[in-house]
Amino acid sequence: MSDVPALVMDCGGKNMYDTNLVLGGKDFSSRLIVGTGKYSSNEVMRTAIEESGAEIVTVAIRRVALPGSGESILDVIDPKRYTLLPNTAGCYTADEAIRTCYLAREAGLGEMVKLEVIGDQRTLFPDVQGLLEATKTLARDGFTVMPYTNDDPVMAKKLEDAGAACVMPLGAPIGSGLGIRNPYNIKIILETVSVPVIVDAGVGTASDAAIAMELGCDGVLMNTAIAAASDPVSMAKAMRLGVQAGRLAYKSGRMGKKLYATASSPLEGVPDWTS
Amino acid sequence: MFVKITVNGQPTLVEAGITVDGLLDTLNIKRQYTAVAVNREITPKSEYGTVKLSEGDKVEIVRPMGGG
Repeated sequence: MSDVPALVMDCGGKNMYDTNLVLGGKDFSSRLIVGTGKYSSNEVMRTAIEESGAEIVTVAIRRVALPGSGESILDVIDPKRYTLLPNTAGCYTADEAIRTCYLAREAGLGEMVKLEVIGDQRTLFPDVQGLLEATKTLARDGFTVMPYTNDDPVMAKKLEDAGAACVMPLGAPIGSGLGIRNPYNIKIILETVSVPVIVDAGVGTASDAAIAMELGCDGVLMNTAIAAASDPVSMAKAMRLGVQAGRLAYKSGRMGKKLYATASSPLEGVPDWTS
Repeated sequence: MFVKITVNGQPTLVEAGITVDGLLDTLNIKRQYTAVAVNREITPKSEYGTVKLSEGDKVEIVRPMGGG
C-alpha cells in the first residue's frame, strides 16, 4: 500500500487510501462531525446522521425533565456505534464549562469534549480567555479537549500549547450558515498549529464544507446546516460528499490560478477554412 | 418529616435523610448516562447510596440531549 497515492477514495463511504483523523488516540475515517440539535424528529435525525457517514456525534448536557420520562437521545444514537462528543454549549465561564465536562464524564460519555466558553449571547463568539483557562484544566485532567475558537491563529497556537487535541475555529457565527468568512486566517491557523484543525460553525451548504477541506482542514463540524435544511437527510449526504470532495481536491493538489486563458486543445492542426 | 430541596431548579419536598439513590427512584430517573451534582459538587455513582440530602440542598440531574 505504501506506493499508493494518498488519495481519498469513496468506497462505500470509507476512505481507503487517506490517513484517518486521529483524536484522543482514536482513528476516524470520516472527517465530518455532526450535531444532534434542532431536528424535527428523532427519526429524521437518526437517518440524517447515518447518511452523513459521521462517526463522531455531538450532544448537549442538560437537566432531565422531571419526573423522568425514561426516554434518552442515546436510544436513537447508539453509543456503541458513534463516538459521543458532549459539548459545553450555554457555558459562559471556564468554571461552568469545566463542571459540565466533569458531569459528562461522570454520566459515562467519555473524555472527549467539545469545549465552548461563550462570550456573547448575540454572536455566540467564544470567550477565548475562559476557553484557554478551561482547556488547560481539562487537558491536565485527562480530557481530549476540542475547543471551539475564533479564527485567530495566535489563539489557536495558545490552545495547542495548553494541551488541546485539536483546534476548532469558526467559519462564521454558530447557526448562521454564512460559510467560511476568512479562509486566509484558517489557512494561517493550518500553518501555525500541528494538531488537527476542524472548522466548527458557519457552514451553510456543501460547497462551504468543501472549501474548508480544500484549505487543508482536517475536518468539519456542523449541525444547523443539516438539521435546518428542507430535506436534512439528503443534505447530510451532500455534506458527506462535500467533505470528501474537498479533501480529495486538497490531497490532489489543485492547479495554479492564472489571469488569462490557456487553451486545453492543441493549437496545431486546426483545419483551415479560409477561402 | 420532610425537607425542602431544589431539583433542577424546582422546589421539591422529600423525606428527610433521603439519599441520591432514593431521589432518583422517586423521580423515576434511569442511572445510565445520567450525572448528579449536589450543591455544585458532582456525586459519583458509587456514592448515590450514601450521600444524603438535607434542607436547602440544590440538586442538578443531567443527561445528554440534542445539541451541536
